[in-house]
Amino acid sequence: MKITEETVSHVARLARLAMPDSEKALLAPQLSDILDYAETLQRVDLTGVEPTSHPFQQTNVLRDDVVRDSLPRDAALMNAPDSEAGQVRVPAVLEGGSEA
Amino acid sequence: MNWETVIGLEVHVELKTASKIFCGCKNDSKSEPNTNVCPVCMGHPGALPVLNRNALELGLRAAMALNCQINQKSKFDRKNYFYPDSPKGYQISQFDKPIGEHGYIEIELNGETKRIGITRLHLEEDAGKSTHAADGSHTLVDFNRTGVPLIEIVSEPDIRSPEEARLYLEALKSIMQYCDVSDCRMEEGSLRCDANISLRPVGETKFGNKAELKNMNSFRNVQRGLEYEVERQRELYENGEAVVQETRRFDEATQTTISMRSKEEAHDYRYFPEPDLVDLDIDDAWLAEIRASIPELPAAKRQRYEAELGLPAYDAGVLTADPQTATYYEQVIGFGVDAKAASNWVMSDILGALNNEGKTFAECPITPENLAGLISEISSGKISSKQGRDVFKSMWETGKSAAAIIQEQGMEQISDASVLGPILDEIIANNPKSVADYKGGKDRAIAALVGQAMKATKGKANPGLVNQLLIEKINAID
Amino acid sequence: MTLHSLKDMIASIRSGETSPSDWVNESLDAIERYDGALKSFLTVTAEEARDHAKKQQLTNESGPLFGIPYALKDNMITKGIRTTAASRILENYIPPYDGTVAQKLRQSGGILVGKTNMDEFAMGSSTETSAFQKTANPYGANYVPGGSSGGSAAAVAAGLVPFALGSDTGGSIRQPAAFCGCFGIKPTYGRVSRYGLIAFASSLDQIGPFTRSAEDAAIVLNAICGYDPMDSTSAKLPAEQQVDFTAGIDAGVKGIRIGIVRNLPEEGLQPAVKAAVDGAVRALQGAGAEVVEVELPHMEYAVATYYLIAPAEASSNLARFDGVRYGRRAEASGVIDMFERSRSEGFGMEVKRRIIIGTYALSSGYYDAYYKRAQQMRTKIRQDYEQAFASCDVILMPTAPTTAFQFGEKADNPLQMYLNDIYTIPANLAGIPGASVPCGFSDGLPIGLQILAKPFDEHSILRVAHAYEQLRTFTWQAPVLGVAR
Ligand SMILES: [Mg+2]
Ligand SMILES: [Zn+2]
Repeated sequence: MKITEETVSHVARLARLAMPDSEKALLAPQLSDILDYAETLQRVDLTGVEPTSHPFQQTNVLRDDVVRDSLPRDAALMNAPDSEAGQVRVPAVLEGGSEA
Repeated sequence: MNWETVIGLEVHVELKTASKIFCGCKNDSKSEPNTNVCPVCMGHPGALPVLNRNALELGLRAAMALNCQINQKSKFDRKNYFYPDSPKGYQISQFDKPIGEHGYIEIELNGETKRIGITRLHLEEDAGKSTHAADGSHTLVDFNRTGVPLIEIVSEPDIRSPEEARLYLEALKSIMQYCDVSDCRMEEGSLRCDANISLRPVGETKFGNKAELKNMNSFRNVQRGLEYEVERQRELYENGEAVVQETRRFDEATQTTISMRSKEEAHDYRYFPEPDLVDLDIDDAWLAEIRASIPELPAAKRQRYEAELGLPAYDAGVLTADPQTATYYEQVIGFGVDAKAASNWVMSDILGALNNEGKTFAECPITPENLAGLISEISSGKISSKQGRDVFKSMWETGKSAAAIIQEQGMEQISDASVLGPILDEIIANNPKSVADYKGGKDRAIAALVGQAMKATKGKANPGLVNQLLIEKINAID
Repeated sequence: MTLHSLKDMIASIRSGETSPSDWVNESLDAIERYDGALKSFLTVTAEEARDHAKKQQLTNESGPLFGIPYALKDNMITKGIRTTAASRILENYIPPYDGTVAQKLRQSGGILVGKTNMDEFAMGSSTETSAFQKTANPYGANYVPGGSSGGSAAAVAAGLVPFALGSDTGGSIRQPAAFCGCFGIKPTYGRVSRYGLIAFASSLDQIGPFTRSAEDAAIVLNAICGYDPMDSTSAKLPAEQQVDFTAGIDAGVKGIRIGIVRNLPEEGLQPAVKAAVDGAVRALQGAGAEVVEVELPHMEYAVATYYLIAPAEASSNLARFDGVRYGRRAEASGVIDMFERSRSEGFGMEVKRRIIIGTYALSSGYYDAYYKRAQQMRTKIRQDYEQAFASCDVILMPTAPTTAFQFGEKADNPLQMYLNDIYTIPANLAGIPGASVPCGFSDGLPIGLQILAKPFDEHSILRVAHAYEQLRTFTWQAPVLGVAR
């Protein structure tokens, strides 16, 4: 799999990483190598094999609907780089909207 | 050309739990900003989610009430996207195994029942609340809402008009309220609706380019936004222009829709199974238990009111629209009063008074027992219907029972013929002309005599009885 | 200054011969003396530790680790104490809460003396990707301590603390234990709560201890294992699997069936490492263990599988570092610009590399070919181990194909660096426990023997490791940096 610098750009954008051209140039061939190596997985017939997302299958781990103490507000905001009136302040959101 | 409107709705409903879906913070997004937050819902490094049993059960209850097939083996996935109010950089949601699929809602349209399909219903967490500075300089974020449990309900593109969309939402809201899974207050954001809308020539089976409508914060605005959009798209097509696939915002001030994104970035949410949560395996017994917790739903109730109580369809519809009205009504008739009389009082007097004062049933000053008491006093003839209205007013103001008010105000009707007899004899004696008129065939002349009798008894005489006695007495005169 | 076993330290405090302050001071003195060169700590909590020890002496607290100084890898959350995961992006992060292991160790009476260096976000095998410093191998200042828990391994091996915790996602406890000549065990996935462990790859991460013996590790495991309602993946176990890890540790190896892997991939395996491991197997056989051959047919695919799954999970786990609520924030005009610059400035190259691989593997159109396929292969690898453990109690193999390498030696070729994890990665994919115990030296550098067992059977590992430590068929060498033994 040949990974081009354009592909790295696209993926970096998805991952919200500003990436200088020098880094793209470094990463593209390394990623190509790694994905070439990953191609070895194609050698095995895995048709019908269930994927493993957890090493052991426990099910239904649930907590009771009980309210527990939240953080004091100053502790919650203590690490925030910028805050105002009890809220976290960020630069303007210029596009898009959140999606629940 | 004739155009067909195709609408699909995506509805997010906040679940009525005490705590959030994955942490113990209070489920209350209206507190002071950032006071119901913890390392889990603030997305601090190292913090892990644990699923709230109640959120799951409410979700399942909702899915069953919407006739969904339940995926007994279900799981959570991560939906990856960056936004300042999404603290982890992903939303815990469900992708390929939502808890419910293939459901439907029935709506009543021009006397016919129409079924709108539900593609899926899944559980997920809410995001925080961003407030954008008016001058566009910055955004403030409150994380109280992050982690509030939501169900997302996606309809099939089965809706054919803005009106149907509103009916679908009303039915959905009603079912959710009956199941007690959510308040569904659209104005407060506990029910939120996005709509996909497109047009196509009648007969065409392919879908046209759709607009995704957001920011409609009332049922009325959903209908208006969609109505505007139908016209906008129709005009574009009829002018030979194309409809652009895009997200549009309903603007309340202008009652129009406005394109939201100049540059649409293709979404790539990179869903994958949430490794921090384990799979769900809901066995038959658990499912049966949840099913048993679902009360009689509005459609069934409406049918029962018509069939068993003999109520007109209109009455049944009004009384079952929300569970509080139905509960109140059923409590009233539980005291053995006439179903139609009770329906009249609840629909016009109780609902009217509550609406006037912006009150809920919880704040209703007249208990179901007291309303039943009032209806009995009227049907037994102790007071007249007209007096009943006055008694109702006093009951509303004081919260007292009808009997107490009737007694206090000395309003008992005189229904005793031996008491009325002498009074009527005197009236007959003093009004020979009216008596003659009546005997001469002027039936209406009796009304004047009844009026006299009411006046003489300060309105307490039972008018029906007075009427009857007068006729008997006059007929007895040769 | 001499080195003491954890077991002896506990006995000495219990008898009143020594006090918590004695041990805390000794540990802090050692850090002061040796860590300038070793650089195993990112944060030393000297003042807090001394206060804690004094307070312990005043109150009548106790606990199995009462008065024992210890260190945590800096990806474990400690309330009020800077926790960085060795990343610029968290350089000034002061957590508002305690992780479960920090809480449990405090309840056991342990005294935290500091947070140790590591590869940034645990991504690396040499601790070279730390944004802050390079930790030396106690056996040679030019050699890496291994990684990603290199700081914890070095601190224990050099005698600065009797135990330290590390985390192991693909070998990050076992490989540095092997490189530094100490004992390190990755328990079964789910044994130790991950609540408060800064996630690298959630379905693979597991916390475990570094100690100077198997018996000491058993004592620490007793304190940190157990079901945690804050971690949904934490194992709810039947009572028989929650017993005392020290019990029966000295039962010997008679009757133990040791599995050795037929056709073990040996590319890059140093002859000295192979010889030391073979020697250890023979020694155990001589002590009464039975040796059987087992097959792990999909082992050759483990590295490829791991380097798709781990980065994919990591790409998502690291999305929360966006400069909004905590951590580094870059100056920017809009919020997207702020995200991109903060993350770009805050993350090092290895982290970026893995975020890019992982994002790619999950992205539209590639999920089935990469991520899903890797998860299917993971099933195969898990099944291999299930089958192998049907005929043996433990499996022995080298922990790493080589002894410690020099700084910079592999930094330019990520794939080569990844391939070195071939022996440790499968245990994480299968979720099984694994340990590394010193089994020899080559050119003055330690060699590690890896012992693997079936899920939740840490007992067999500890028992075999303890037996081997008693047999020890090689001459022990003291580290050149650190407390002499
Ligand atoms: Mg949603
Ligand atoms: Zn919370």
